Amino acid sequence: MAKLLVALDKVNKSFAGKLVLENVSIQLKQGEITTLIGPNGAGKSTLVRIVLGLLKPDSGTIKRTADLKVGYMPQKLVIDPTLPISTCRFLQLANTSHQACHEALESVGIAHLAATPIQELSGGEVQRALLARAVLRKPNLLVLDEPVQGVDVNGQNALYRMISDLAKTLSCGVLMVSHDLHLVMSATDQVVCLNRHICCHGHPEQVTQDPAYLDIFGQTTALYSHHHDHDHSLHGDVLGDGHEEDCDHG
Amino acid sequence: MADFLIYALLAGLGVALVAGPLGCFVVWRRMAYFGDTLAHSALLGVSLGVMLDINLSVTVTAVPLIMALGLVYLEQRGVLALDTLLGILSHSALAAGLVVISLLPDVRVDLMSLLFGDLLAVTKSDLWVIYGLSAVVLALLALLWQQLINITVDPELAAVEGTNVALVRTALMLITALVIALAMKVVGVLLITALLIIPAATARRLARTPEQMAVAASIIAMVTVVMGLAMSWYTDAPAGPSVVICAAFLFSVSLCRRQST
Repeated sequence: MAKLLVALDKVNKSFAGKLVLENVSIQLKQGEITTLIGPNGAGKSTLVRIVLGLLKPDSGTIKRTADLKVGYMPQKLVIDPTLPISTCRFLQLANTSHQACHEALESVGIAHLAATPIQELSGGEVQRALLARAVLRKPNLLVLDEPVQGVDVNGQNALYRMISDLAKTLSCGVLMVSHDLHLVMSATDQVVCLNRHICCHGHPEQVTQDPAYLDIFGQTTALYSHHHDHDHSLHGDVLGDGHEEDCDHG
Repeated sequence: MADFLIYALLAGLGVALVAGPLGCFVVWRRMAYFGDTLAHSALLGVSLGVMLDINLSVTVTAVPLIMALGLVYLEQRGVLALDTLLGILSHSALAAGLVVISLLPDVRVDLMSLLFGDLLAVTKSDLWVIYGLSAVVLALLALLWQQLINITVDPELAAVEGTNVALVRTALMLITALVIALAMKVVGVLLITALLIIPAATARRLARTPEQMAVAASIIAMVTVVMGLAMSWYTDAPAGPSVVICAAFLFSVSLCRRQST
């Protein structure tokens, strides 16, 4: 049986009195890719930060295996342009040798950019550099928060392939936040559909048949349509009177 | 050369030495307003020291240190946006310092020297304090360098990889408070941030790595001090503002050079 890396049990988290995560339990295992999907404001990033230990839950328990080593790829990287720093040096901040950094850059295909200032990389190149830094420490858990953000469609496919290859090489667990299940479907072992609470979870085929999933993502999932137990205003606030109560869970 | 001029030069060089690397962090982390706030609170330190009859070096150092800790705490609580918070504290501290000084009837405090520095009045014992604290600051910066760069680049990545972000950040705040207390003697309350920022901004155009920028900023700050003192000597202008003018001059010269990447 695959080794349990992180287990969250009935985790709750609220910000300023607003419940963001409600009774969330997930398990992350070695060698298993877990994809977290859900609409904007569903609490995906909050959940990721709790897994990472950057946020403390209000209640619930988190268990981490003693030898847990996390490689984290944040959504984006903002570095002040006044800080002169090359891509290679950026990787070395993860406390590793020059040699290891070059190998990591090699593995994501941007070794030629080692000496380039990180602020000059394109969106896709930054994502690759972040991925390189995440795998640099040979983690047993990779946490990726929307890893393909700002990358064009071809690049997205390549990046996802790269991630699943690297995960295989490292034989680590993966927790990945994604907007688009289609692209990640083939590589995913477990899908968790989050909308403040866990709407449904399981294998991708199973989840895509789940009424709760269909409610959120629609039948075709080509367009991002959201029909859940409430509506959101343009600002992301939950609107008071939701339409029909068609989410089949408490 | 007169003794006081040598003392002034040595004091200025000692402060410039640490202002370089620290100024880089002020620029990278956009802490300019933070520096102003601490500097203004140093004036309050002077006032309180005079009022309570405590050694001024103690209060001038202690008040910014306490202010820095308070800011770290308030920032973590996330009560208000940081710049609003800094605006409130900065100007309240400046106003309180000025009011307290004016309320002390028997004491004559040279307000100008507090606001704009009094480099030419540096004594031998001041020099000991400046070099002692500069050594401490440089040692701390060297010790924490990698971690400081790491939390500046991305605090969350640093935290996930095992850096104690809160501790390192607090250390940086306290180091900044120390340097500001030191720099007050050289350029005064109102111009401290300039001594931190301008040499660092000038150095940016010459540097390819964080370390190069820190060293270059130190050298530029020291050159600036020498130029400023010379200017002050020949024109009778106050030393602090002269130093800042020279720093600004070097910065504008550096603009002619293409930024190295």
